[in-house]
Amino acid sequence: MNWSSWSEFFAMGGHALYVWGSYGVTFLFMAVEVLLLRRRRREVMRRVRRLARMQREINE
Amino acid sequence: MRVFTKEFWFQFASPKTFYPFAGRLIPWFAGAALLLTVVGLYLGFFVAPVDYQQGNSYRIMFIHVPAAWMSMFIYVVMCVYAALGLVLNTRLSDMMAAALAPTGAMFTFLALWTGALWGRPTWGTYWVWDARLTSELILLFLYLGYMALRAAIDDPRRASRASGLLALVGVVNVPIIYFSVQWWNTLHQGASVSLTSAPTMAMTMFTAMLVMTFAFWAYAIAVALYRVRLIILERERHARWVVELAEQER
Repeated sequence: MNWSSWSEFFAMGGHALYVWGSYGVTFLFMAVEVLLLRRRRREVMRRVRRLARMQREINE
Repeated sequence: MRVFTKEFWFQFASPKTFYPFAGRLIPWFAGAALLLTVVGLYLGFFVAPVDYQQGNSYRIMFIHVPAAWMSMFIYVVMCVYAALGLVLNTRLSDMMAAALAPTGAMFTFLALWTGALWGRPTWGTYWVWDARLTSELILLFLYLGYMALRAAIDDPRRASRASGLLALVGVVNVPIIYFSVQWWNTLHQGASVSLTSAPTMAMTMFTAMLVMTFAFWAYAIAVALYRVRLIILERERHARWVVELAEQER
């Protein structure tokens, strides 16, 4: 085991800013990408339904 | 055997057939990405020992190298799809190329970002204009240019031809990135891992890096498949099957 305590783990031997700055931003970007895709999917579905409704109204 | 017929393979080139197929694959790749990330982080932080020269800052490697590999690999895959789209005129190939670009751009940015944060404690600087860093920055601009060009042209066929050509011209940059550390005198170190020789690092470090690479790979596939499904829905928004799908989902 590399670490004798959690505080030692978080300190990363004095390189906390660099290590956690790298890992934090990487996983933040990945999470945001997934969230943006889910939102885009809801928007696309809403748009398709609206277009279909408009089409039906024209046909009536 | 149906698998050996042309029809079997070409059915996947139809967006309508590919849509549910991609949908079935996504959970598997997403699950693999999650699992591999947990294993990779455990190996990277708790099994791999501290580096005797760099201390703990070297642990950035476990995401920096996979992100850099993915940035180049995704670009090459994107170019293969763009080329298929240009030559065979298959719409799905072009959609796949478009679906890969944002994720490729993200990994390129992350390679630069983690590289800067690793460079500071190791080299004493966040950035130098050496060949490796500069060519990787050019890769980011190629991704952004590809996306901007697509977005700027309204006609989807013209957008795919123009952006496909841009992607293909830009692929010369990938070998430049890869070999830059050999061709020029760079501050960035040479490759520690190659296909022809044993890695020049501890086995546990190498394993952690490899597991994280597979994690990013699975993530990229899951996200690209999710995005290509959205592109299919947007392009085929007037098709009956898309409308039915949207109304069912309410």
